Amino acid sequence: MSASVLTRTTSWFAIALSALLLSCAFLVQFTGLGDFPWMRLLFGPSALNFTLRAAVPLILGAMSGILCERSGIVNIGIEGMMLAGAFAAFVAKTGTNQWPLAHSLLFSTGVTLLAGAAMGFLHAALAIRFRMDQIISGTAIILLAQGITAYFFDRDAVAEGKFGPAALPGLADLPVVGPLLFAKPPLTYAALALTFLLAFALARTRWGLRTRAVGEHPRAADTMGVNVLRLRYLNVTLGGAVAGLGGGFLVLEAVGQFQEGMTAGRGFIALAAVIFGNWHPFGALGAALLFGYAQAIQNELLLAQISTLPRQFISMLPYLVTLAAVSGLVGRVRPPAAAGQPYATEENVA
Amino acid sequence: MPESPARAPVLEVRRVSKDFPGIRANADISFALGPGEILAVLGENGAGKSTLMNVIYGLYRPTQGELRVRGQRLRARSPRDAIAAGIGMVHQHFQLIPAMSVLENVILGQETVKAGQLDVPQAAQAIVRLSQRYNLEIQPQRLVASLPVGLRQRVEIVKALYRHADILILDEPTAVLTPQETEGLFAVMRRLAAQGTSLIFITHKLREVMTVADRILILRQGRVAGETTPRATTETQLAATMVGRAIAPVVSKATRPATRQAVLALRNVRVLNETGAPAVQDVSLEVAAGEIVGLAGVQGNGQSELIEAIVGLRHPQAGRMTLDGWDIARASPRQIAQRGACGHVPEDRHAFGLVESFSVSENLILNQYGRAPFSRLGVLRAHVLKRHAAAAAARFDIRLVNVDQPAGNLSGGNQQKTVVAREFRPDLKLLVAAQPTRGIDVGAIEFIHNQIVQQRNRGVAVLLASYELDEIMALSDRIAVMFQGRIIGIVPGDKADRNRLGLLMAGVPV
Repeated sequence: MSASVLTRTTSWFAIALSALLLSCAFLVQFTGLGDFPWMRLLFGPSALNFTLRAAVPLILGAMSGILCERSGIVNIGIEGMMLAGAFAAFVAKTGTNQWPLAHSLLFSTGVTLLAGAAMGFLHAALAIRFRMDQIISGTAIILLAQGITAYFFDRDAVAEGKFGPAALPGLADLPVVGPLLFAKPPLTYAALALTFLLAFALARTRWGLRTRAVGEHPRAADTMGVNVLRLRYLNVTLGGAVAGLGGGFLVLEAVGQFQEGMTAGRGFIALAAVIFGNWHPFGALGAALLFGYAQAIQNELLLAQISTLPRQFISMLPYLVTLAAVSGLVGRVRPPAAAGQPYATEENVA
Repeated sequence: MPESPARAPVLEVRRVSKDFPGIRANADISFALGPGEILAVLGENGAGKSTLMNVIYGLYRPTQGELRVRGQRLRARSPRDAIAAGIGMVHQHFQLIPAMSVLENVILGQETVKAGQLDVPQAAQAIVRLSQRYNLEIQPQRLVASLPVGLRQRVEIVKALYRHADILILDEPTAVLTPQETEGLFAVMRRLAAQGTSLIFITHKLREVMTVADRILILRQGRVAGETTPRATTETQLAATMVGRAIAPVVSKATRPATRQAVLALRNVRVLNETGAPAVQDVSLEVAAGEIVGLAGVQGNGQSELIEAIVGLRHPQAGRMTLDGWDIARASPRQIAQRGACGHVPEDRHAFGLVESFSVSENLILNQYGRAPFSRLGVLRAHVLKRHAAAAAARFDIRLVNVDQPAGNLSGGNQQKTVVAREFRPDLKLLVAAQPTRGIDVGAIEFIHNQIVQQRNRGVAVLLASYELDEIMALSDRIAVMFQGRIIGIVPGDKADRNRLGLLMAGVPV
């Protein structure tokens, strides 16, 4: 009823926002509107390219949140899983600098997935096996990742090379959308593909049906023969891998190096995207694009050296947008009914 | 109908015991279920019926004893194993996911997959076929959240049949139904039995057992207290076996006082629920001194919201509410309790009636802790609390180890007596009792019924809300029936019969 209407609404929001940005980009490119510097700043190729680049880690983080929370485990540890993924990618990349670049990058991607999965499994074990408060165990994941990565970070190590754009033949030649969407590095494609895959799988596959059931009413799923705890372990571990990939993106595709605390709150913004998107992949995609766009505008304003506003205020912009978006939706989105509640059966109590 | 299983039993329970820490819920229980048989399992709250069914369904493992299905030993480690053995269960609290469709709820755990995708058309067909075969009409694409209780129960039954269950356990299935819906369920049960399904029907209602069962198994305190058939017994005999002693009838009510002075008066009251939708609409009702007004209706028709509005937990959106002429529409719960001398036995004693981690003596003064003699200069006086609690425990027959034990450790009946002891104050003018005997033993039920009638006889106005029609009919001077937030009819207590009340509860004005 209202829940599905809202799911549709948030999915429409993603489509409407993308359509708005793209059509403005067309207008700026091909009409007189492009002569206004403000329009170029807001809708030029630079801003829109940056939007997608900023959105990719948010998308991956949000998909991690959806994987966990739709099965009933709250994951505020996305930030930590991303940081662990980023660090693992850096260590793997610096260790294989002498390999051919493609091999080294693929190997590092695999390592980042494994590192994220390990963090996810740890969160699952704390939350499921030991029935720890999920907010606490998520916080523990973040603190653990921050501590370990800071301690082992070798500041002299340098990663050589990162993923470059791979143009899709044909599509990349389209005006405006070609360079914007179809001439991107591989992890960007992966994030977008994952969004569609997850939306399809949740709605249409056995795994998706069971995941939703376990997140809404684990006891009902249990009485129907679904192994609640095993499914939660699986989803949280997968969610960790996806969050890890979000961190790996920063090192292997965006920046090329690791810095302490380089995730800089992206895990939390991804969590906001999950809520704003009403726990639906398309909804979260729209939210991630919105937050990415806010970061792009911030970037453009700083580059344009707008001096009327102190730069600290401009730097607040993405966070203000996040805050406004999420607070405006309070009471209108509905989390999975069993999110955050440990599931106890006679067996795992005893 | 067979008097006893003529052919080989489909299910045998052999000397099953189930222990929980500190309590033996089932002790040495044995019975057999024949093919196409309806076996009623009768017992009070706490007699071990649900535990036994959860053992059969694989949710609990028996401490001792064994189960046999069609001669084969069943070692169910989880419901998966029980389902595979052909056992289905309709739980007392429906195991449905409101945010998902009927179809999704039915196929969960038993999905057919085609090319990686759920095979929705095939499942929809199978559901429609089943619902036609057993007269259980449901629409596969409807969202469960949008279905009324009776239809949700059908979904539960279809769920079991979809898994090819030929042993179907129904745990208190009639608790949420109107008398007419109950008849409909019995028709479905007979049809299932005629087509070869064996049914176990759990209940504590004697009339239903006599109507629908082929055979009756009576449990008391975790043991088999008797086995019989409807033809070989009477309701009175069943009740005595179930409780372990003869049951006294409700105390006779004194004749009604002549004065018809309204203590509680509601006029066109409208109350909203949490989502802002009207839960109570245009309700006008008066409760006079020395009268018990029963509030009947199927669960979820606005009774809870109306009660909460009267005691101040909710404010009405429109209408007038007066208590002894005083406008209580905007009054706080404390004002209504103190100034209005209103006692409230809440529907959910765990959430609203008691602070379970507080001692019994503290719970007994929750409504007057700030006053003499219980506190002096803002400090509680422990010895006064204890003396007060000991007196209340003696007067209201609260069985406890000592007055300092946490209220949460008491049995349900003693918890409810604690609430009653606190709320039945000496200067009581209005008593609002919601489900006052839910989930408590027969002894405590008798005691609380007697207390309510005594209050009425001394001139207290009583509003009694209950989902148990028998309770309403036994105690009420007048019965108001609620349907979809409105009072659809008010029937004098002596003119009420189950049929008429049942029709009103289903929304048919008579």
